[in-house]
Amino acid sequence: MLEKPTAQVKTPAGGSGVGISDILRNWSVPIFFLVISIAGIIAARLDINYLVNEVVGRFGRNAFLVISLIIPVMAGLGLNFGIVVGAMAGQTALVIVTHYQVEGLAGFALAAVISVPIAMLLGLLVGKVLNRAKGREMVTSMIMGYFANGIYQLVFLVLLGTLIPMKDPVLMLGSGIGLRNTIDLIGLSYSLDRAMDWLWNGFVFTSVGAARLGPWRFPLCTLFIIGILCVLTTFITRTKLGQEMRAVGQDMHIAQVAGINVDRTRIIAIMMSTVLAAWGQLIFLQNLGTFNTYSSHEQVGMFSVAAILVGGATTRRATIWNAIVGTLLFHTLFVVSPLAGQRLFGVSQVGEYFRSFLAYGVIAVALALHAWQGRSSKQSK
Amino acid sequence: MSDKLRNAYEQLGLPRLIIIVFLLVLFAVAVIMRMDLAILIKDSITRIGMNGILVLAMLPTLACGVGLNFGLPVGVIAGIVGAVTSMNWGLKGFAGFFTAMVIAIPLAVIAGYLYAMLLERVQGQEMMVGTYVGFSVVSGMCMFWLLAPYRNPAMIFALGGKGLRTTITLDRTFGKVLNDFLGFSVFDIYIPTGLLLFMGIFFVLIALFFKSKAGLAMRTVGSNPMYARSSGINVQRMRTMGVILSTVLAAIGILVYSQSYGFVQLYTAPLTAAFPAVASVLIGGASLRKATIGHAIIGTVLFHTLLTIALPVTQTVLQGADISEIARTIMSNGMIIYALTRAERR
Repeated sequence: MLEKPTAQVKTPAGGSGVGISDILRNWSVPIFFLVISIAGIIAARLDINYLVNEVVGRFGRNAFLVISLIIPVMAGLGLNFGIVVGAMAGQTALVIVTHYQVEGLAGFALAAVISVPIAMLLGLLVGKVLNRAKGREMVTSMIMGYFANGIYQLVFLVLLGTLIPMKDPVLMLGSGIGLRNTIDLIGLSYSLDRAMDWLWNGFVFTSVGAARLGPWRFPLCTLFIIGILCVLTTFITRTKLGQEMRAVGQDMHIAQVAGINVDRTRIIAIMMSTVLAAWGQLIFLQNLGTFNTYSSHEQVGMFSVAAILVGGATTRRATIWNAIVGTLLFHTLFVVSPLAGQRLFGVSQVGEYFRSFLAYGVIAVALALHAWQGRSSKQSK
Repeated sequence: MSDKLRNAYEQLGLPRLIIIVFLLVLFAVAVIMRMDLAILIKDSITRIGMNGILVLAMLPTLACGVGLNFGLPVGVIAGIVGAVTSMNWGLKGFAGFFTAMVIAIPLAVIAGYLYAMLLERVQGQEMMVGTYVGFSVVSGMCMFWLLAPYRNPAMIFALGGKGLRTTITLDRTFGKVLNDFLGFSVFDIYIPTGLLLFMGIFFVLIALFFKSKAGLAMRTVGSNPMYARSSGINVQRMRTMGVILSTVLAAIGILVYSQSYGFVQLYTAPLTAAFPAVASVLIGGASLRKATIGHAIIGTVLFHTLLTIALPVTQTVLQGADISEIARTIMSNGMIIYALTRAERR
C-alpha cells in the first residue's frame, strides 16, 4: 500500500505532465501521509466521530501558528523556527492580562494588543541576527529559539519579583520570586473559540441515514479569524511589499541591484511572522485553558514546521493550502498514532515515540529532499 | 592593517575572555563563601574527562568543512547500543567496557557512513539536516529500546517486564572502570588517572592524525575545497572520512561518559547530546572553518569547569533558584549564535 506514494516522493522533479500526474507531483508528500493516516485509522479501528472532533479542535488550535510560517518562506528565509520567540511574546502578554484579571474576549483582545509591540521588538532582533547569518537562517533561527528560552526563563523565574516588582500570590511561586509552573486561564478559556456562539454554537449532532454524525464542535470564531488571516496573507503577497519579498526570496543579489532594501525586507518578514506567531500562541492557549509557563512554547516551532512540511511545503515554497492540509494531516496522525501503537504492539508508548519520530523525521526528510533537489537542479543547469 | 588584525584578535578572544572572568568570579565567590574547593576541583576534573572525547568528536567535521556536527546523537546511539548489549551479556569491568567499544565502533562506522552519504547530498544545509537526523534517530531508537529483545532483568522495566529502563545503572558491570584505574589523591583531590589517560590517548591520536597525510588532506578540503580538488584530493572521500571519524568518536565518547557517570541514559536523553559539545568547541575558539586540538581542550576545560561549579556556587549564594541551568542555556546557545553569525564576514 505504501509503495506507490514513496515512488512519487522520489521523482517530484521528473516529467512536466498536466492533470493527474501534475497533481500527484505537487501533492506527493501529503498523499503519502494521507495513506499512512488511513492505514493508522484502520489499524487503530478508530471511531470516526471522535477523530473528526479531535482534529477539528486541534486544527483551530494550531492552524494560525502554521500559517505564520508562510511569509518568511516567501522572503527566502526558510522555515522560521524562531516563531518560538513570537510564542513567548504571546505568553508574556497573557501573564500581564491574567495578572490584571481582564477576562473574556476583552482580555483576549487586550493580550493580542499587548503582544504586538513585544513581538515586533523581538522580531526585529531575530531579523537582525538572521541577516548576519545568510544561508544559515534555519539553523540560526532554531538556536535563537533555544537561546530566547534561556532569556525567558531568566526573566520569569529569576528577575520577576527581584528586579521587576510584581506581587501576585496566585501566579507566583510561594517565595515571591518567579512564576508558577502552570498558569490557569479560566477567565480566558475558549474566549475566542466561543465568541460567535450567539450565531451558532458550532455543534454538529445529526445523523445522515444510518450513520451517526457528531457530536463535533467547531470553534467558530477561531475558524473565522483563521479565514481572515488566509485572505490577508494572500493579499500581502500581492502588494508591493509582498512582491519585494518574493524578489528577495528569489535572489537577494538581483533584488539588491533592483533597488530593494534586502535586509529591511527580510526583517519585516520576520517581524510579521513573529507577531502572527504571538497571536497564534494566544489562540492555542485560550483553547487549552491552561499553560505551562516554561514549556508551552518550546515545541511550537517544531510542530508547526512539521505540519507545514507534511502539507507539501518546501523551504522555498509554502502556500496557505500547504498549511491547511498539513495541519489537518499532521494532527490526524497525532491523534491516531498512540492508538495505533496500542493496537499493533500492545504498548501505547510506542505510538507516543512514533509520534515524535514522525515530527522529527518529517523535518529531516523534507529538508534533505529539498537540499538534494536544489543541488541536482543547480548541477543540471 | 595592524588595526584590522588587532580587531580580529579581539573578536576572537572576547567570548573566551568573558567566560574566564566569569569563572574567576565564581571561584572567588566560592572562596568567600568558604565552600570546599577540593570537591569543586575534583568534580571539574572528572567532568572534563567525561566530556573530552565528545567535544573532540566535533573536530573532524569542522576540519573537513561539514560544519558543526549537530548529528552527534547518531554516534551516541551507536555507543549506547554497544553498552546495552555488553551489559545484556553480563560482562564486568574492563571486559565489559571494551566489549561495548568493540560492538559500538563498527556500528558507528556503518551509521556514520550512511549519515555521511546523506550529508554529501545536502551540502550547504548540513547543520540543519544533521540536527533533525539526530533527533529522528534518537526518537526512532526510543521504539527500539521498548521493543528490543534484551532480557537481562537488571535492565528491563520492573513492572510489565517489557522494554529497557530509562536509566540503567552500571554499578555491577563497568561503572567507573576508567575513573578508578590507577586513581590517587593529592590534597584531597581525587585524580581519575585512567579517565584522563584514556582521554589523552585519543587527543594525541587525533592530533597525530591531523599531522598525517590524510589529516592534512582533510583540513585542506575544509579550508579550500577548490584548491583541494585541483591538487588531486578526493573531496567527497575526505568529507565522508571526517563524518565517520566524528561518529566513531561520539560512540566512544558516550561510553566514557556513561562509565564515569555510572548510568546509561536511554530514550530521549541523547536528544540534546550534541549541544554541550558544540558549545564547548566554540567556546574554545573554533569557528565553522577552523578548529584545532587546542580549541577542543580549552573549550572542554572552560565550559565544563563552568558547568560543574556554577550549580553549587549559585545555589549557595541564591537559595532555591536554579540559575545555573538558565546560565548554561543562554551561554551555550549564545555561543552557537555568535559562531553562526560571525563566519560569513570572512
